[in-house]
Amino acid sequence: MIRATLVIALVLVGVFFLTVGTIGLLRLPNVYNRMHATSKPTTLGTAAIFLAAFVQFGPGGEGLTALVGAVFLFLTVPTGAHMIARAAERIGVPFLGSVTWPDASQLAREEEPRADAERGAERDAERQPGTGPGPDPAADED
Amino acid sequence: MTEATDPAVLETTIRAAIVVVSALCVFCSYRVIRGPTDPDRVVALDAIATNVVAIAVLFAIQTDRGLFLTVSLVLAIIAFIATVAVAKFVTEGEVIE
Repeated sequence: MIRATLVIALVLVGVFFLTVGTIGLLRLPNVYNRMHATSKPTTLGTAAIFLAAFVQFGPGGEGLTALVGAVFLFLTVPTGAHMIARAAERIGVPFLGSVTWPDASQLAREEEPRADAERGAERDAERQPGTGPGPDPAADED
Repeated sequence: MTEATDPAVLETTIRAAIVVVSALCVFCSYRVIRGPTDPDRVVALDAIATNVVAIAVLFAIQTDRGLFLTVSLVLAIIAFIATVAVAKFVTEGEVIE
């Protein structure tokens, strides 16, 4: 009885968070904003559904599988979002407005020093005719 | 009385949740098809994979078969490996060098 109520509540919370994540994926304007919208609420929603499965199956073998799944999601989804964000920055998807990469020296350090100058130059050339609002972050990164 | 009605409520809730999450997968495919850049498509495919994991868990709860929790775990692992591989492929042009 209590178990069924708890399962229903957790499933409703999970579906709510999954819906929020999908609305953000459809409505937000930029790759980085969409990633922000999908990674966190989707993780929370699926973890809530995993917890519902843990409540349903009890702390035996299968419930432990559910807990392992929730822990695995909390480990892997931020890692994947981080890698996609880094890949999007590398291939030159522009930031929105005055947004910059959090640590600009981090970007410069992990490139080879000779490729850095020409890469920054070509990124400037890409951004100048583009969306306009941010010539300043490109100048800051150099 | 509530003991009699609660399993039916649980059944209906799980069923509705499966329908809603499946619809969310369809809405995510809009971003896969129309996404302006490749990372958009990767993000949307990642969201679809997580939704499919949620569907597998909901199916396990509905049918009371714990085997599908293992299925959902394997789906999560495959989704993570696919995301990492596509991110490496987009930046470096090859996955395994």
